[in-house]
Amino acid sequence: MLGPVRRLGALAVARIEGLGRMTVFLGQVGRAMLRPPVRIGYVVRAVYDSGVLSIALICASGATVGLVLGLQLHNTLSRFGAEESLGTAVGLSLIRELGPVLTGLLVTGRAGSAATAEIGSMKASEQLDGLRMMAIDPIHFVVMPRALGLAIVMPLLSALFIFFGIFGAYLIGVEVLGLDAGSYLSRLENAVDFREDVLQSLVKASVFGILLGWIATWRGYACEPHAVGVSRATTSTVVTASVCILLADYVLTALWGV
Amino acid sequence: MSGTAKLRPLPGEFNPLVIRAEAEVAHVELCDVDLAFGRRVVFEGLTCRFPRGRISVIMGGSGLGKSTILRMIGGLQPPDRGRVLVSGQDTVGLGESAMAQVRRKLGMLFQNGALLDSMTVFENVALPLREHTRLCADEIAHQVHDRLQAVGLPDVDDLLPGELSGGMLRRAAFARAIVMAPEILLCDEPFSGLDPPNVSRIEVLLQHLNRALGLTLIVTSHHMATSLRMAEQLLLLQDRSVVSGAPAELAASRESAIAEFIGEDGAEFLARHLESSPQGSKP
Ligand SMILES: Nc1ncnc2c1ncn2[C@@H]1O[C@H](COP(=O)(O)OP(=O)(O)OP(=O)(O)O)[C@@H](O)[C@H]1O
Ligand SMILES: [Mg+2]
Repeated sequence: MLGPVRRLGALAVARIEGLGRMTVFLGQVGRAMLRPPVRIGYVVRAVYDSGVLSIALICASGATVGLVLGLQLHNTLSRFGAEESLGTAVGLSLIRELGPVLTGLLVTGRAGSAATAEIGSMKASEQLDGLRMMAIDPIHFVVMPRALGLAIVMPLLSALFIFFGIFGAYLIGVEVLGLDAGSYLSRLENAVDFREDVLQSLVKASVFGILLGWIATWRGYACEPHAVGVSRATTSTVVTASVCILLADYVLTALWGV
Repeated sequence: MSGTAKLRPLPGEFNPLVIRAEAEVAHVELCDVDLAFGRRVVFEGLTCRFPRGRISVIMGGSGLGKSTILRMIGGLQPPDRGRVLVSGQDTVGLGESAMAQVRRKLGMLFQNGALLDSMTVFENVALPLREHTRLCADEIAHQVHDRLQAVGLPDVDDLLPGELSGGMLRRAAFARAIVMAPEILLCDEPFSGLDPPNVSRIEVLLQHLNRALGLTLIVTSHHMATSLRMAEQLLLLQDRSVVSGAPAELAASRESAIAEFIGEDGAEFLARHLESSPQGSKP
């Protein structure tokens, strides 16, 4: 009779224990960032792997979302006879919401999963233990550069996404639907506040980047050391990080209006 | 770290029949260790000691826990109970940074090499030097090439581990394990997957390291002939426990499990080997 209750309890304890370990891990990664030697080379490499190699994806997705947004918002706005506000609507929705969130989800799929898989397979093939035996801390050598890389690239890629989104909507609004180019841009410029919108958008994207860096590296670091474990960890990174990004988005928007 | 290269006199009159491992100073010691993975009990009350400056070979069937013993010594696998002493220091429960200090005395060759995939062979071997010494690039290159030469891999600098064969991989990993001149070298199956010339190359190299630098060697191996030839102390793993002694003692043992493991071939080989080199001197 007590079986299910006991199992539920055990599950809850395991979850809480997992969260505790994850928090300790975050502390270790944070401390590793402050500890010499500074691994600039490895951080640059991680930025390249997760950032530069995602540029094409982000540009293409940003432009596509911009195109769709241009069409949809034009359709909506024209019902109120407010087509001229297309610049405002596109700009604000991309900057405040869609840019950071969609970039977060895309980077999770493209670079977060790759970070998990890489760290996980290093664990499975005893490369992390090999580092330990050479008295090199794998958190400092492997994990920290990748986590930092993800955190750094997220706001940059989000800005790129937004730029291409605005460009896509411009193409639809001005070149296809025949709005006035000047009014599209000046409406956009007037509506967007640097502190309120742009900075906060970057803050949001940075939060997503830190979340993703944390989750992706933790999943890899804690995965079971075999092929199945690595693939499970990779899937779990995509699911967990995506959900966390969406939740964090709500929390940030609701509490701080970011 | 280079201070570890203490020269000790060559044990010229060394005779494996006389050596009593128990009488010597233990460099590494496992005391009353229990270890289980879930319900699978691997060790129960395991006690064994590895004398300083000697070659100890751990033998035993697959899955009996040879690699696990090395992992426990390296602090990668904490025992459930018991003590693991390295140079007299109990390493169980040490934090990562304290353990890192202990590991600076240790070198380890992993069963599958464990080289970093993303770095070339040269960078892999150079890594410990770059991390822990202030040597200049030339000096590092010199040392790395020296070690790679010693394991018979003269021109693989720019290859990635994925581009090496299995045997080359283990030799490259071996070069990395010895590049810092550790006091204690843990080798997990150094001979498996090697062709006969390379087996003897590694054997000679191990013995040289042991003789010239006084390295304490702890080797696991299935390679009967080489093990019997090299070992100053032989540890035979049995289910959950261990029997240890000089090879000749074990070979003379009447206990059925030991005789069975060493086998007639092994006993015969050992008898011949001891006969042909009455001083127990080695190549
Ligand atoms: N991480 C682990 N989780 C569960 N069981 C493990 C783990 N590591 C080792 N074992 C178990 O411990 C036992 C000893 O493993 P170990 O790798 O030390 O064997 P071995 O003697 O080195 O074998 P081989 O000669 O095949 O290399 C095995 O039975 C294995 O099932
Ligand atoms: Mg093994």
